[in-house]
Parts: sequence; C-alpha cells; structure tokens
Amino acid sequence: MQKALVVPAGLDAESAGWVRALAGPGPRREAALARLHELLVRIARGEAARRGPRLAITGPELDDLAFQAAADALVAITGKLGQFRGESRFTTWAYKFVIFEVSAKIGRHFWRHPAVRLDAEDWDRLPARFGADPAHQAEWGDLFAALRRAVDTELTSRQREVFVAIVLNDVPLDTLVMHLGSNRNAIYQVLFDARRKLRAALAADGYLPGDLVRGS
Amino acid sequence: MNGWPALDRFLRTDPRDVGCAQAMEMLHVYAELVASGEPAEQRYPGIVAHLHACGPCGEDFDGLIAAIGGRVD
Repeated sequence: MQKALVVPAGLDAESAGWVRALAGPGPRREAALARLHELLVRIARGEAARRGPRLAITGPELDDLAFQAAADALVAITGKLGQFRGESRFTTWAYKFVIFEVSAKIGRHFWRHPAVRLDAEDWDRLPARFGADPAHQAEWGDLFAALRRAVDTELTSRQREVFVAIVLNDVPLDTLVMHLGSNRNAIYQVLFDARRKLRAALAADGYLPGDLVRGS
Repeated sequence: MNGWPALDRFLRTDPRDVGCAQAMEMLHVYAELVASGEPAEQRYPGIVAHLHACGPCGEDFDGLIAAIGGRVD
C-alpha cells in the first residue's frame, strides 16, 4: 500500500499545488506530470544553450541532450517527491534536478569523446595553465619544477591521477567522475586534498606564502 | 614571495568548504536566497567557499540562478 505523502507545512500555494497534484491519483497527476515535463524541457534547453558556446555540442545533439535530461529529471523528481521539505519553491527544487542532469550528460558526452586525454602527462602545459609567460622561464622554472616534484612525492597515486587528468589534461571533473566510476564529491575531495598538500610543499620551499596553509 | 596568483588561488583551500555533496543538497535553498537578495553568504559560508573553488558546482549554481531568474528563454 502506497504511503500518503504529507505536504510540508508553510508551503506557498503554488508549491503545495504541485506536491498535491504529483502525489495524487488520476488525470490531475497526469496533467501535472505533463506540465512539469514541459517546464523541465524548457529549463534543460536553456541550460544546454547557456553552456553550448563552450562545448563542442550543437544543434540536434544538444537538443537531444536537453530532452534526455528533462526526462531523467522528471523520474528523479517524482521518485524523490517525499524528500521535498519546502525549503524553497517546488519549481526551484525541481529545476535543480534538471540542471544536475544536464551537467551529468555533458560529462558523459565528453567521456565518450575521443579527444579527451585521460592518461597523457604533458607537463609542458603546466606553466601556461597558471599564466606563466614562456618568455620568462628563468623566473618560473624552479617553481614549476618544485610543483612537479611535489606531485610525484607528496601525492597518493589516486591524488596524482586526478591532478594529472584535471590540471594537466583539462579533463572536465564530471568526465573524470564517469571514467573512474566515482562521484563528484569524492573526486573533488581527492583534488582538494592534493591542492592542500601541494600548497604546503611549495610554501615549505618558500615558493608560496605559508600563512594560509592549514593542516598537512 | 607570491608572484603566481593563479597557482596560489588554485592551490589555496578553504577549511569552510563543505564539498560537492552538501553544496548540491542545499543548492536550491542557497540559490533562492541569492536570487531574492537575502544575505545568503552569511548563512551558508561553506557553500560560498565551495562554489568559489568547484567549477562544476559553480556552473550548476549559475544554471539554477538563470533558471529561477527566467533568463533561460
């Protein structure tokens, strides 16, 4: 027997209407689902278009991505309706799901893209990545040599793998998540720890100020 | 010595950073506060720190702000 969904107290009328309609039976629910899907498609298309200029995805492929994101978001929203606590408007909560789906699908797209280099190690790119002018190599040569040394000596193999993929090879974090079968939070935490270790190492060698370094 | 602001910014970590999971969990609440001009940064400093450091979550936040601001059409 399906458990009745309790509408969170203090909801605005529109949000309460969404929750009641989506949790209820019959044609009213079907109509709400259709209306929500329409909204999600609009948001997904807008988000795909917003990110589009920076991506090598255009036209029907981008539109298809938006439709898939909207469909998957609708499934997630209806499945998690009982978790909506009314801390925001219902539509804001719902839009979050479709934004996440667009993100995930873009990450998956680049995972399948042959141009993404996951394993190469092009250390010559590192100085330019942080704005170093090739004409002034005498000024930054020691710093980046120290950074590379620290990557090799201070990081765990997992931290090194994530650093190389994201920093050296410009692999999008969400794409690396797919490749490693992980999640965004876990990969971010690995990179967070790597950044902290590398900064501490460079500060200890006098390349960066040490007053901002916390912990080890 | 600190002649490498881009590198310094990238390597600097903020202990208040809540990570992706917590930021994503509360993103709709935070976004609505920001959109309505409420002092969201004071209430959620850990989310602010995270969104400054995490490109993908920052991108999602920008997308959600655009969505609730009606700037997606």
